[in-house]
Amino acid sequence: MIALANPTRFLKLAATLLPWLWGATAIAFAAGLWLGLFASPADYQQGDSVRIMYVHVPAAWMAMFVYATIAVSALGTLVWRHPLADVSARAAAPIGAAFTLLALVTGAVWGKPMWGTWWVWDARLTSVLVLFLIYLGLIALWHAFDEPSRAARPVAILSLVGAINLPIIKFSVDWWNTLHQPASVMRLDGPAIHPSMLVPLLVMATAYMLLFACLHLMAMRNEIWRRRVRSLRVRAATMLAPAE
Amino acid sequence: MTYFGYVLASYLVSAGVIAALIAWVVLDGRAQRQAIEDLDRAGLRRGDRSAPKGERP
Repeated sequence: MIALANPTRFLKLAATLLPWLWGATAIAFAAGLWLGLFASPADYQQGDSVRIMYVHVPAAWMAMFVYATIAVSALGTLVWRHPLADVSARAAAPIGAAFTLLALVTGAVWGKPMWGTWWVWDARLTSVLVLFLIYLGLIALWHAFDEPSRAARPVAILSLVGAINLPIIKFSVDWWNTLHQPASVMRLDGPAIHPSMLVPLLVMATAYMLLFACLHLMAMRNEIWRRRVRSLRVRAATMLAPAE
Repeated sequence: MTYFGYVLASYLVSAGVIAALIAWVVLDGRAQRQAIEDLDRAGLRRGDRSAPKGERP
């Protein structure tokens, strides 16, 4: 991590990793889609609507994982003052917001045939909606500052406060009586899903994770470039300004 | 396939959002790289404290 504190070294590493990561992402999506759409069975109760699980559940997992990444980055900003921590958080936020939106929309599309409604204000759905609003709040706060370095600390503090929502999302189905089903994969007594459905789900989750790695590296690279452009323009404006 | 419309809708929405994410990252990267090249052509480089070409002595 210390070696990667140098943005130039990070850019070189990203350029080396990205082609391999994109290749692995394409393979994982091809395998996951084939397994999920064609090789896995329909559910005995839900029929083929269970195939929505293979896009809904990985999106929901990534919504939480990306926020956890932002929270760790916030610690990096506040505690270790790692030069890339704020870059990492800022690059991850729009990606996390997109995954959260996907989880909400695909959940609604799954909920309509199974629950008879697109939406219900139960604890799981509401806490995920709150996560989406937190993502939007973080993005808005970053844009409220002209200077990225001035935004880093307040955004990091807000990010850590928002992390309280992660255990609420995870345990909402246990703490409250919800329409959403309880956890069926990440359980202390092991997954409750048959391997014929668990394997496609895990392959799709791997594909989503690899996709996030690709997008995050690229978005971090873009953010580093954006800050370089900004500092060059500020320097040019300073040099061109008339002397007092 | 049962519930075909719902399954199709969920996969199409997922594909659309992921495609939009990829497009945003790629286009943003191109824009930033172009901005760096434009500044470079104007004589502004990182670590180079000299004035832009033709602007200041």
